[in-house]
Amino acid sequence: MSESEKFDAIIVGAGPAGAACAYTLAREGKEVLVIERGDTPGSKNVTGGRIYTYALEMLDQGLSEEAALERKVTREQVMLLGGQRAITIDFHDPSFNRDGHPPMSYTVLRAPFDEWLAGKAEEMGAMVACGIRVDGLIEKDGKITGVIAGEDEMYADVVVAADGVNSLLAQKAGLIGEIDFNTVGVGVKEVIELPASTIEERFRLTNPEEGVACMILGCTEGIHGGGFLYTNKESISLGCVFMPGEVARHKKSIQEIFQDLKMHPAVYPLIAGGETVEYSGHLVGEAGYRGIPKQIYREGFVMIGDAAGFVINTGYSVRGMDLAILSGIAAARAIVNASSPAEIGPLYMQELERIQLLPTMRATDGYFDVLQTGWLYDRMPALATAVMADLYSVDAQPPAKLSRGIREQMKAHGISVWDVIKLGFKGVKI
Amino acid sequence: MKIERAEAAQLLSLNKFNVDEEEPHIVLNKDICRQCTDKPCLYVCPAVLYKLDKNGEISFDYAGCLECGTCRVMCKNKGIVKWEYPRGTFGLSLRYG
Ligand SMILES: Cc1cc2nc3c(=O)[nH]c(=O)nc-3n(C[C@H](O)[C@H](O)[C@H](O)COP(=O)(O)OP(=O)(O)OC[C@H]3O[C@@H](n4cnc5c(N)ncnc54)[C@H](O)[C@@H]3O)c2cc1C
Ligand code: SF4
Ligand code: SF4
Repeated sequence: MSESEKFDAIIVGAGPAGAACAYTLAREGKEVLVIERGDTPGSKNVTGGRIYTYALEMLDQGLSEEAALERKVTREQVMLLGGQRAITIDFHDPSFNRDGHPPMSYTVLRAPFDEWLAGKAEEMGAMVACGIRVDGLIEKDGKITGVIAGEDEMYADVVVAADGVNSLLAQKAGLIGEIDFNTVGVGVKEVIELPASTIEERFRLTNPEEGVACMILGCTEGIHGGGFLYTNKESISLGCVFMPGEVARHKKSIQEIFQDLKMHPAVYPLIAGGETVEYSGHLVGEAGYRGIPKQIYREGFVMIGDAAGFVINTGYSVRGMDLAILSGIAAARAIVNASSPAEIGPLYMQELERIQLLPTMRATDGYFDVLQTGWLYDRMPALATAVMADLYSVDAQPPAKLSRGIREQMKAHGISVWDVIKLGFKGVKI
Repeated sequence: MKIERAEAAQLLSLNKFNVDEEEPHIVLNKDICRQCTDKPCLYVCPAVLYKLDKNGEISFDYAGCLECGTCRVMCKNKGIVKWEYPRGTFGLSLRYG
């Protein structure tokens, strides 16, 4: 391809960020090429997961109704595991799913979802080329002017890096260095098939549209991280995320720790009789606002989605796909409104503010400090379950005073009142 | 596969891989690995592809790679001399994700 027949934009990666960007640009009449290394969009991608629908609705009204999604989340759960013990908190709020409004969030599997969303971008007129890995960037006079894939060179006014958390393109553009292992978690996941009716019975769901999102604490042997369980239409996504630096010090394979979670007496009955059909692993950004690189554009180049560090983890929910879509929309708006390629980057930053992505990330920055608290991952769930065990234990003896029992359990679990106060201080900053 | 405690190899056999026999996407320099005392790759790889052989040396097979990038991020001593995504169409193809 010669430089004269160039695209308005080349987007690398057909995840939610890239597809949303392509959809918006193509709708505005731009000539867009999306390049994806997987055979089909989504075939390389892993999430928990659940997606918040507001982002799809922002991309286009009504999109969430036809999207390839699983079950609308009607129950939010948190499970605390302490040894063999478990506490489950189960929250239900019908207002999350009011008639006539899109449900707030859905569980999702990425292979069908990404393929659907990239298909929508194609319907709008974007070109999606799969099975091609982008190897490098073309640079001219300090500007990025295109991409190299194998023998081919392709040119565009702007290259959009939507290539995910391990963004080789952002590194090639010189905007990020090596990834700091303290800023990412590694997730492992099994997809376990079960009949829809079994899922509904086990999770107390009244119909095949309803589902559960569950976060699990106390399943990582003290390593900063946690498990997750999402009910899909006819399967369960069960997984666990770990901070890899702590795993290296702990010296036990994450695959083994994850198998312990799977066989835990509170988890196994939920998946028993099912059949594992897939096993996957993926990185996920854990540093929130602080994980966003200093500079996420240069002339002819912008980073969106995970490549730009747009993930929020609060401990009780993870948001990456909605932010990926928002950033794709923001980049597309900047590209459409820019009167020269040099304007795209600064406009993109403004659009990220306007679409509330950066404000949202700033507002959740404090969670990072709370989640740095080491005892949240083992001693806290152990303490909570031990207090419960005391509470529910009845024998012929007069029971100990509850307040004293709790104090003794705190001491036994090495958590001081001061620790709790410190955590509280971090908490009130959120 | 029935729900049971599973080895990584059993789980990987459920996935669809199109292995690039001509061009490995991850390459190690065993001399550097020999000097690496911590060997984080042994624990952080979800596919457990890094193992110690009977001489205590790292053995690695890129065939079951889940393409997560964790080993690349954790290999401070740079025994991984090449880490790329597999060439287009090669590697893992998820059907669920
Ligand atoms: C275990 C886990 C649980 C999570 N849970 C949730 C959740 O419940 N809810 C939520 O909202 N988020 C969750 N996230 C985060 C969410 O999955 C990500 O934020 C989201 O996928 C980011 O989308 P993206 O489009 O930026 O990147 P990706 O989805 O990673 O897409 C990047 C695309 O680029 C392609 N690509 C990469 N390099 C190249 C190249 N050189 N050439 C061509 N193509 C390339 C890839 O194949 C891929 O298709 C979770 C993540 C993990 C790992
Ligand atoms: S990329 Fe992930 S799955 Fe592949 S070898 Fe490295 S750690 Fe293992
Ligand atoms: S961490 Fe890197 S250098 Fe160390 S043994 Fe593993 S691959 Fe080799």
